Amino acid sequence: MKKQTKKIRVLIGKPGLDGHDRGAKVVARALRDAGFEVIYTGLHQTPEMIVNAALQEDVQAIGLSILSGAHMHLFQRVMELLKEKNATDILVFGGGIIPDEDIIALKKVGVSQIFTPGTATTEIIDWLAKSAS
Amino acid sequence: MTQKFTTVSNHPIEALYTADSLPSDWSIETYLGQPGHFPYTRGVHETMYRGKVWTMRLFSGFGSAEETNARYKYLLDHGQTGLSVAFDFPTLMGYDSDQERSLGEVGKCGVAIDTLADMEVLFDGIPLDQVTTSMTINGPACVLLALYLGLAEKRGVPWSKIGGTIQNDCLKEFIAQHAWCFPPEPSMRVVVDMIEFCTKEVPKWNTVSISGYHIREAGSTAAQELAFTIADGIAYVQACVDRGMNVDDFAPRLSYFFNAHNDFFEEIAKYRAARRMWAHIMKERFHAKNPRSWLCRFHTQTAGCTLTAQQPYNNVVRVALQAMAAVLGGTQSLHTNSLDETLALPTEETARIALRTQQIIAEETGVTNTVDPLGGSYFVEKLTCELEAEAYDYIKKIDDMGGMLAAIDLGYPQGEIANASYIYQKQLESNEKIVVGVNDFLVDENPPIPLLRIDESLQVSQSKKVAKVKSERDPKKVEATLAALKKACAGTENVMPRLIDCVRAYCTENEMISTMQSEFGLHTDPAMF
Repeated sequence: MKKQTKKIRVLIGKPGLDGHDRGAKVVARALRDAGFEVIYTGLHQTPEMIVNAALQEDVQAIGLSILSGAHMHLFQRVMELLKEKNATDILVFGGGIIPDEDIIALKKVGVSQIFTPGTATTEIIDWLAKSAS
Repeated sequence: MTQKFTTVSNHPIEALYTADSLPSDWSIETYLGQPGHFPYTRGVHETMYRGKVWTMRLFSGFGSAEETNARYKYLLDHGQTGLSVAFDFPTLMGYDSDQERSLGEVGKCGVAIDTLADMEVLFDGIPLDQVTTSMTINGPACVLLALYLGLAEKRGVPWSKIGGTIQNDCLKEFIAQHAWCFPPEPSMRVVVDMIEFCTKEVPKWNTVSISGYHIREAGSTAAQELAFTIADGIAYVQACVDRGMNVDDFAPRLSYFFNAHNDFFEEIAKYRAARRMWAHIMKERFHAKNPRSWLCRFHTQTAGCTLTAQQPYNNVVRVALQAMAAVLGGTQSLHTNSLDETLALPTEETARIALRTQQIIAEETGVTNTVDPLGGSYFVEKLTCELEAEAYDYIKKIDDMGGMLAAIDLGYPQGEIANASYIYQKQLESNEKIVVGVNDFLVDENPPIPLLRIDESLQVSQSKKVAKVKSERDPKKVEATLAALKKACAGTENVMPRLIDCVRAYCTENEMISTMQSEFGLHTDPAMF
């Protein structure tokens, strides 16, 4: 895997009440190993907490992991808050238990990419390196 | 390249096992015993499934109490023999449906329960003295148990007649599942309160389902699942003994819950090792005298994390093989996952296939005809010994740290699991390990399958129910019962009787939990990765 020359800062967030953090931690670690600067929020964050952390940490991308079925509400709220804060330049991507028809709806509100179960971390790394630079 | 022969947990496997593979002191008497006898390697009952097949218990819950009640009746009509309640995330975390933190989450991952009024609907038409109910709830387990007891009281069913299990395993929440309400120490105090209360008042209730399932789902190896779960069990027993309880009074009502992952023989060895370890630990470490205290009775669920979104019908095959491992390992009850669970909660049809899978194993395959058919296999016995040894090494490390609470504080089990899960992910990406349909044997397109959708308007209707309950109850009783609960939390009085009073007064779940949090404090994720 190629190391990043210019470090991209990315926030990995767990919004909502969902406690499944295996995927978020694996992705956070894989991105760090690939040379990204990774900030991990930990569990049980509100959309407000995530957007505030993203602004404070000056990240180029936010990756959200949701396996609880609450993705429609939580992603949309994050997108709204980014708009309110004039921070729509921050790339938002995500992963989790998200049916195909919801992926279409989430892309309509500005989510750049949703990675579904079985995605290789290399695919996420390559996508983020290309999209955030 | 030399091919490596290892289990899914990277445990090396030899080409052939013979009598020489077993430890030099291995004997049938010490290592196996007879089924139903110490050290229970061959099973907790003498007759096993010839006497009674395992309880077929599908974990289910979604949407409103009305919808879930209908699903329970459907499953019971199709031959299910026990209930298992899945709660939504607000319920699991101690929030009411009308709170901001619950937005988008109500009814999604399970059923939404706020007050006794919801429990009345959830169990409508289901005789509480005839079915056993398992409730997967941990942080607010004390509240849900109080709600169930409140419901039984209202129905006129004596607490001595109700049977079931509450997961109530707070330690594995900090290790793996993360649905907590209080910090670790007060969480332990509440668990001990519940064990103490049930030992006297609800004698047929299983007070803690010590759970490896979620540890495994979070990415642990089989040996870590075994070790951390039994170390949690040791911590609960020790905490009750420290409270002054007699081990034989409460230990018979502790039960276990394990994962059934893909590696067939490793899983079977894990269950056998668990029984043998727990029997020795209870007899020798805690000096339990009642043989029922020595029993590692357990529920099994097939591994959700092994299901694939790609070619989802293949999941039926995975689940069948995992369920077979659980049965050959001697499980007391079993949940089989549905093929669509990497995408959504199961539909009625996929849940029925999952139930039918168990019925096919029980009725058609013949594996229930004899007790512990794999006992004495050189391979199975050797693997059982190896998993046991690996788990004892972990338990020794945890003991040296000062026990599981101290180990959790150090982030030890959490770190071990995160490392194992990362190693596995790398092995998948290098194709060192193969998952059919994911990194090999692919198809170009995965046509969509029908999925269960939860109505987004549920939050509104559920909030209205909460408002209705609040308008009809006696506010003075609410205030008084919550004040008494707060006082119990501040002191050493058992919280259970106070919680049952709150339930009778129709307090909401969050009213009870936030009152307890005002004394116990909150816990936040240390966010390590």
